[in-house]
Amino acid sequence: MLADYLPLFVLFVLALAFVGLSLLVASRLGPSAPNPTKNAAYESGIIPERVNDVRASRFTVKFYLVAMLFIIFDVEAVFFHPWAVSLRSLGWYGLVVMAIFVALLFESYYYILRRGGLDWD
Amino acid sequence: MESVLALDNVWLALLLKVVLLLGFFLTAPLVVGYIEHKGLAHMQSRLGPMEAGRFHGIGQLPADGVKFLQKEDIIPAAADRWVFSLAPGVALVPALVVLAVVPLGPGLWAEDLDAGIFFALAVSSVGVLGVLMAAWASANKYSLMGGIRAAAQLIAYELPLVLGAAGVVLQAQTLSLVGIVEAQHSFTLLGAVPVPYAVPQAVGLALFFVAALAELSRPPFDMPIADSEIIFGHMTEYTGLRYAFFMLAEYAGMVVLSALATVLFLGGWYVWPGVPLPAGPLGVLLGFGVSFGKIVTLTFVMIWFRATFPRLREDQLQRMSWLFLIPLALLNIVGVAVAKVYG
Repeated sequence: MLADYLPLFVLFVLALAFVGLSLLVASRLGPSAPNPTKNAAYESGIIPERVNDVRASRFTVKFYLVAMLFIIFDVEAVFFHPWAVSLRSLGWYGLVVMAIFVALLFESYYYILRRGGLDWD
Repeated sequence: MESVLALDNVWLALLLKVVLLLGFFLTAPLVVGYIEHKGLAHMQSRLGPMEAGRFHGIGQLPADGVKFLQKEDIIPAAADRWVFSLAPGVALVPALVVLAVVPLGPGLWAEDLDAGIFFALAVSSVGVLGVLMAAWASANKYSLMGGIRAAAQLIAYELPLVLGAAGVVLQAQTLSLVGIVEAQHSFTLLGAVPVPYAVPQAVGLALFFVAALAELSRPPFDMPIADSEIIFGHMTEYTGLRYAFFMLAEYAGMVVLSALATVLFLGGWYVWPGVPLPAGPLGVLLGFGVSFGKIVTLTFVMIWFRATFPRLREDQLQRMSWLFLIPLALLNIVGVAVAKVYG
């Protein structure tokens, strides 16, 4: 079974080689004349302040919240696929069990919604 | 069904698969890119490229590629050199690896994995890492903002994408992409009318297509590279070939997601469910032509969307996924499951 993945692995290696080789060719063909102005950050002509703290700058906590919600919902999305394949053999039992699961999900979804977890003001 | 590429000599077969795939990978995005140049131009009453390659600018993209090779590769002084250099590769490689599991014609696939659709969806989301790496390493505040927007968008739309596909898995009762095409081929609506899954899974198709647009950051979901606000997002500091790799990854992503939508919803390489293809090499060629036609049509619709819809705002974009698409996807799955068990 693992042999099925051999072409994928070969392709992966070849794709890496393609990227590496073309970058190598480009570095041979292209000019290289760096100067401080050219190597400064491009921010529409405005001289960047505090260049080195860009990565320490702040952004809204909403993004973290979305990321956490995603992890919860994505784990559940993974559960759907094996269940989907075997639904025929599980029959009504499978359906009822999944209905309970989805109901629980909707309950937590409703909670997040009412607590304002999905508001972007 | 066996792959037509399964020869007695394993290594020869491997070589053939890899060469064909690389060929497809390097030409299909160019076709899509050309359609985008010309299609978008004509939708805006322009001509688009007309000079390169003599006939209606047909050589524009190869010419661009050669030009990109000769450009200076600028790495900003404040950038994290290693991460900055690796990012375009991380964005590009997953697209190629996904293509290997997508069947493009009868017997025309590199690998028919048991969990094909799972593999495809999982690997295609790895490309996001490249975007985040580029954004983080550029040391440019606009790049960073673009990267954060990209991350928030991609995780919000990953769910409708995966759940939209789950509806098809329910219907076909298999995760194998070849299996889905075959199940679709023998599918009939109400036991009488043969139709592709696009009909019973219309909601799933809509979810999948909208989510695919968002995953690719294609307009109207191009907040991460909104040029009127944040220059060009994570690609702001990139030049030359590294920039070209990001563009290639975008077009290859369009091909891959259109190919997946073709397999899942449009009947793959069959013209219509129930209509068989001729046997032998002619059937293989015809099947490839049919599926490539469907892929190109879907990418054309994506380009059409770009010319039609204005860009969404970040809050609208998040709200659309969390408040509309995700509940709809869950309800869709419940509906399909009930129909499947009851019917």
